[in-house]
Amino acid sequence: MTDIAANPLNEPPKTVSRSLFQLALIRFRRNRAAMAGCVTLLLIALFSFLGPLFVPHTYDQVFPSYVTIPPSLQPRPDVSTLQEVMDGVAARARVKLEAFRVEGQAFTATISSDEPIDPRATRYFDRANEFRDTKVEATENDGRVLKLSGQVNREYFPFGTDSNGRDLLARVMLGGQISIAVGLLASLVSLGIGVLYGATSGYIGGRVDNVMMRFVEILYSLPFVFLVVVLVVFFGRSFVLIFLVIGAVEWLDMARIVRGQTLALKRREFVGAAQALGLTDWQIIRRHIIPNTIGPVIVFVTVVVPKVILLESFLSFLGLGVQAPLTSWGALISEGANNIQSAPWLLIFPSIFFVATLFSLNFVGDGLRDAFDPKDR
Amino acid sequence: MIAFVLRRLASAVPTLFIVVTISFFLMRFAPGGPFNLERPLPPATMENLVRTYQLDQPLWRQYATYVSNAVTGDFGPSYVYKDNSVAELIGKGLPYSMELGFYALLLALIGGVAMGTVAALRQNSALDFGIMSLATVGTTVPNFVVGPVLTLIFAIVLSWLPAGGWGDGSLRFLILPMIALALPQLAVFARLTRGSMIEALHADHIRTVRAYGLPSRVVVVTHAMRGAMLPVVSYLAPCAAALLTGSAVVETIFTIPGVGRYFVLGAINRDYTLVMGTVILIAIFVIVFNLLVDILYGLLDPRVRHD
Repeated sequence: MTDIAANPLNEPPKTVSRSLFQLALIRFRRNRAAMAGCVTLLLIALFSFLGPLFVPHTYDQVFPSYVTIPPSLQPRPDVSTLQEVMDGVAARARVKLEAFRVEGQAFTATISSDEPIDPRATRYFDRANEFRDTKVEATENDGRVLKLSGQVNREYFPFGTDSNGRDLLARVMLGGQISIAVGLLASLVSLGIGVLYGATSGYIGGRVDNVMMRFVEILYSLPFVFLVVVLVVFFGRSFVLIFLVIGAVEWLDMARIVRGQTLALKRREFVGAAQALGLTDWQIIRRHIIPNTIGPVIVFVTVVVPKVILLESFLSFLGLGVQAPLTSWGALISEGANNIQSAPWLLIFPSIFFVATLFSLNFVGDGLRDAFDPKDR
Repeated sequence: MIAFVLRRLASAVPTLFIVVTISFFLMRFAPGGPFNLERPLPPATMENLVRTYQLDQPLWRQYATYVSNAVTGDFGPSYVYKDNSVAELIGKGLPYSMELGFYALLLALIGGVAMGTVAALRQNSALDFGIMSLATVGTTVPNFVVGPVLTLIFAIVLSWLPAGGWGDGSLRFLILPMIALALPQLAVFARLTRGSMIEALHADHIRTVRAYGLPSRVVVVTHAMRGAMLPVVSYLAPCAAALLTGSAVVETIFTIPGVGRYFVLGAINRDYTLVMGTVILIAIFVIVFNLLVDILYGLLDPRVRHD
């Protein structure tokens, strides 16, 4: 008996014991909305990070002939435009265009003339921007009729192009990479600092709490723009710095919220019991206080992520964040907002991805909250 | 309680002092100055300006001068808005920002708490889903998008409301900027309320009052709400401070003569005294609202005690 009393964990229980984390995982898997959110997030991440491999254009490639064109699934230029160009070419080569067809990336044409045509006339076709690799396929009627084939330079812009003639699809993908990275890392930084700081401040209380919270007030009031400028001056502009700065600003709200919860939690019976059992402050904060603040914390994380992503665009606007031709969803959205009447697709496409990401994130957040809630067994 | 408030007010003085000190030097370490314009000024003009504003003095002396003047309520002249002192600029703009911010705060708080409560009471229903989707859109769509979209719909297409300006200060002019300002905060309040309301409704004392047969409205509004408001109140302090001191984006879009613009413009123009003015302004709001919130904690949850 003494053995067991001293070491109750040595007795293996009949059922398989599950850790808090395992339990949470099982409950999370059962939550359909949360799993759907996970899948969507994964798809958006794949789109952003692997998508560029499948898009022929790069994010900084400029197409001067396709500036601010609306999105379309049809390749550009379209057939009627090509027909016009072809007519022009034929006129320049002094031949008659008998037939012209475009199929995907290739074209075939039949030209005729009263005199035998010099096969070098194909150069006239290659000279047009739209056509290349023109070859003579067949000669008929002693060279008076030539059948030509060649390649058409046609580009697909399913999302349209921006005011510099860059493919919006490639830019949304790149923006996704940067925004997802900034959003995730900065939110994790703010989550980590905010929860630990708030819980410690609230739990210890008294003079420590007073000093710690005055420190938060000081950070709140510092002029954010100058904080960033000075950091950039000292450490140079870097990607890591951006999310460190954002994380360093966004943890303040989190700390206040966690502290508020902790103030009420620390008077609860289970905390008193833990104190009576002789747990150290750190153990109580880690095992009892922090898990019980999970509800508001997760809700607030889902709020911080969009804030962080948009804050990044503000930094970019000040010339301190990512700079063109690099971009982010926030930067794309603010660019789109400026062209809302003339080119609404510049706002719509990045917004769709941004909103979809945050919707799924909210479902995942709610799922995590339910899964980790220590009161709900 | 009175001792607590007095102690906190006393600790506000060193807090403000530290804020002023760090901001002052932080600002000066940043490159650029108020008179470094794109087209450089003639050296003689530059020298005169620098001497007039005492920018040629050593930094510590400028700091000492600033602090000793600020204590007496003199926050110096603005470098960019000539003929205006910082106190005048803020004094003129603040009432506009505060009035707009107050309405926006009211809308965000009441709307957010109401929506969050309804969503929590109908957890996982279509209504819950709808409200939370709306809240997600609210947090996601930035106000530099909401502003132009609202103007486009209500001012330009429907022409129901003015597109901007303060006008005679009547509600018609305030509605659109108020919505643009309140929407993101409303969404945060709704999400926070829903989460903690769901938890509060499962608490033992709620089951008890339900078992007593109290009407569901009383249970929710007077009993569950009290416990559920804790995270909402926590967020209220930074939110109120931010809303009441104006927003650069919303004030620019709707051409409102508030102080929100000065936060960004002051920093961009390196208008040192104006930046210091805005820093002190926001610090006072943050300190006051944090104090109010700490008092509210005790009223909402008697277990919270400030020793």
